[in-house]
Amino acid sequence: MHTTCKALFVSAVIGASSASAAELEVTHWWTSGGEAAAVAELASAFNATGNTWVDGAIAGSGSTARPIMISRITGGDPMAATQFNHGRQAEELVEAGLMRDLTDIAEAEGWKDVVHPISLLDACTIDGRIYCAPVNIHSWQWLWLSHKAFEDAGIPVPTNWDDYVKAAPALEAAGKIPLAMGQQSWQSAGAFSVLMVAIAGKEIYEQVYADHDAEVAAGPDIARVFKAADDARKMSKDTKVQDWNQATNMVITGQAGGQIMGDWAQGEFQIAGQVAGEDYTCLPGLGVNQIISTSGDAFYFPVMDNEEQSEAQGVLAATMLKPDTQVAFNLKKGSLPVRSDVNQEAANDCMRKGLEILAAGNTIPDTNQLVSPDTNSQIEDLFSEFFNDSSITVEDAQSRFADIVADAD
Amino acid sequence: MPGDARPKGIFKNLTAKIAAIPMVLTAMVVFLGCSVWTIVYSFTSSKLLPKTRWVGLDQYERLWGSRRWLVSIENLAIYGILALVLSLMIGFMLAALLDQKIRFENTFRSILLYPFALSFIVTGLVWQWILNPEFGVQNIVRAMGFENFIFDPLYNADIVIYGVLIAGLWQGTGLVMCLMLAGLRGIDEDIWKAARVDGIPTWKTYVLIVIPMMRPVFITTLVIITSGIIKLYDLIVAQTGGGPGLASEVPAKYVYDMMFLSQNLGQGFAASTMMLLAVVIIIIPWAYLEFGGKRHV
Repeated sequence: MHTTCKALFVSAVIGASSASAAELEVTHWWTSGGEAAAVAELASAFNATGNTWVDGAIAGSGSTARPIMISRITGGDPMAATQFNHGRQAEELVEAGLMRDLTDIAEAEGWKDVVHPISLLDACTIDGRIYCAPVNIHSWQWLWLSHKAFEDAGIPVPTNWDDYVKAAPALEAAGKIPLAMGQQSWQSAGAFSVLMVAIAGKEIYEQVYADHDAEVAAGPDIARVFKAADDARKMSKDTKVQDWNQATNMVITGQAGGQIMGDWAQGEFQIAGQVAGEDYTCLPGLGVNQIISTSGDAFYFPVMDNEEQSEAQGVLAATMLKPDTQVAFNLKKGSLPVRSDVNQEAANDCMRKGLEILAAGNTIPDTNQLVSPDTNSQIEDLFSEFFNDSSITVEDAQSRFADIVADAD
Repeated sequence: MPGDARPKGIFKNLTAKIAAIPMVLTAMVVFLGCSVWTIVYSFTSSKLLPKTRWVGLDQYERLWGSRRWLVSIENLAIYGILALVLSLMIGFMLAALLDQKIRFENTFRSILLYPFALSFIVTGLVWQWILNPEFGVQNIVRAMGFENFIFDPLYNADIVIYGVLIAGLWQGTGLVMCLMLAGLRGIDEDIWKAARVDGIPTWKTYVLIVIPMMRPVFITTLVIITSGIIKLYDLIVAQTGGGPGLASEVPAKYVYDMMFLSQNLGQGFAASTMMLLAVVIIIIPWAYLEFGGKRHV
């Protein structure tokens, strides 16, 4: 009875629209210049399959967009596809059965063989089933330096973090802000985890974030990281912007010496017509430890009653991982493709550095994959406060950090 | 016939009682029911979705051990007390000035009430720009020749809450003024005449005669301002985003961020329960004194 109803309903819908094309609403938070150009590539690839991409961009950042997405999914008004950072942000939604199982698509398209590193697909897998389509690899561990700012200050462009810290007084004397840093809390927390990988190394990072070892978090290695964070705090104290792309813009225009930001900043340099190596320098792992984290964006597909749309969701997931789409999208986005078998000719200087590190296997999982959103936001609160209030001592901040790590889940 | 009195009591005004049923149900289910549900789930470890895994008072322990919550409460107290006192004082002063039978009263009243027509989001953004050191007040004063003038409340953790307060007052004072003006107009002209005949100075007439007579207006205004203060959220989000650091966080924002950003419903419920408790502790004794006493008169 129930199936008959469903069949009738489906045939009615198909009859109404007559073609097999479906409109899918896709929500995401890609709204800066470079990001919007990249998402247009995904949309045109999907439109080429005869379906229609209905753009549902949510301005702000992930922290503005995610609550809207989640409340629409749990409130029974799901979009057809939505961006999340892969990791644990959508974990409970999957467990509650609200997300479409993509295992059939993944097997048909052979994702297991082409996705590299495979940890990206693991982050999408829960109980052996695949629930999301990874679209890019983003890494946090980059330092972007403005050639113009260093020229104006009359000093050479540094090649690692320590030289950069030493160059700060000269930059200040030239009226530059040594380090640009937006005031949103995810940026402060992100910068700290970058410093941790660069200064304390991969093992310490994994002991803290993956094993939640509070003793290490209170130990001497992390104390050195906090010392560096204190330097960063002093260098960035005059940045009075909120958004990351405003801070990147300060580097592009030479008002600031540099910025610690993920490789998504690359898209902004590209839009501004800057050339890597000539106008700006990128240092993976802050020029100290060449290790990058493999975070990134993935698309999840909420369960839909309409079979036609369900079908189109599968088409969209498959399209997103096609080699052509991957190249076009990631070039605009400034991120690395999730497949290693695609044409990398067009990659620029910075992307090549990233690809080399990726090929050498010097990767770590991102914090989003290791700790829950709850722990993550506690860490964000701490660093937002630390970077904006110079009265918090390094020791105090470290002991609070160790407390958070001890309670992490 | 006293025997008939009891059944009549229930069926008296039957239509009115039936008409009130939807309202009673809404109040019971939406307000009471949802509040109880929230309180019950604040004792669980619910994350993104509500689940009944009981953890006792853990959420409350974490709440009161959290620096962010303590900062939020402190901010709300500073903002609340100052906003309440200043908006009542400024509002009343403006109303008293407008009440002097001046020309263009309508024009002035409209100008002063206009900010109230803007949402807190717009207010927050406007004042974010005005207080921005690069574009706003600081820049203008420096351009006039005071090179070392510093005025950047939104970027200074110690005074950021006062920057928010300025915007809040700018937005809310007009309404208080209008309410006060209505109250002043409600005072009989004869009272002013009598005061003048007795030779009482104007300011004394205001303080000792008019203000005590305006008690109901003051209470209405107080309730409106207080509820606005406790739910303070959008102004903070638009103006400072809670920053710099945690310096301008408020409890309502803590609740929202915990529930939707941290995906930790249990913690958000615990915080909202504390907010409810605070309101109840203030409101109930006051309502009892204000409305409960009248039955005996």
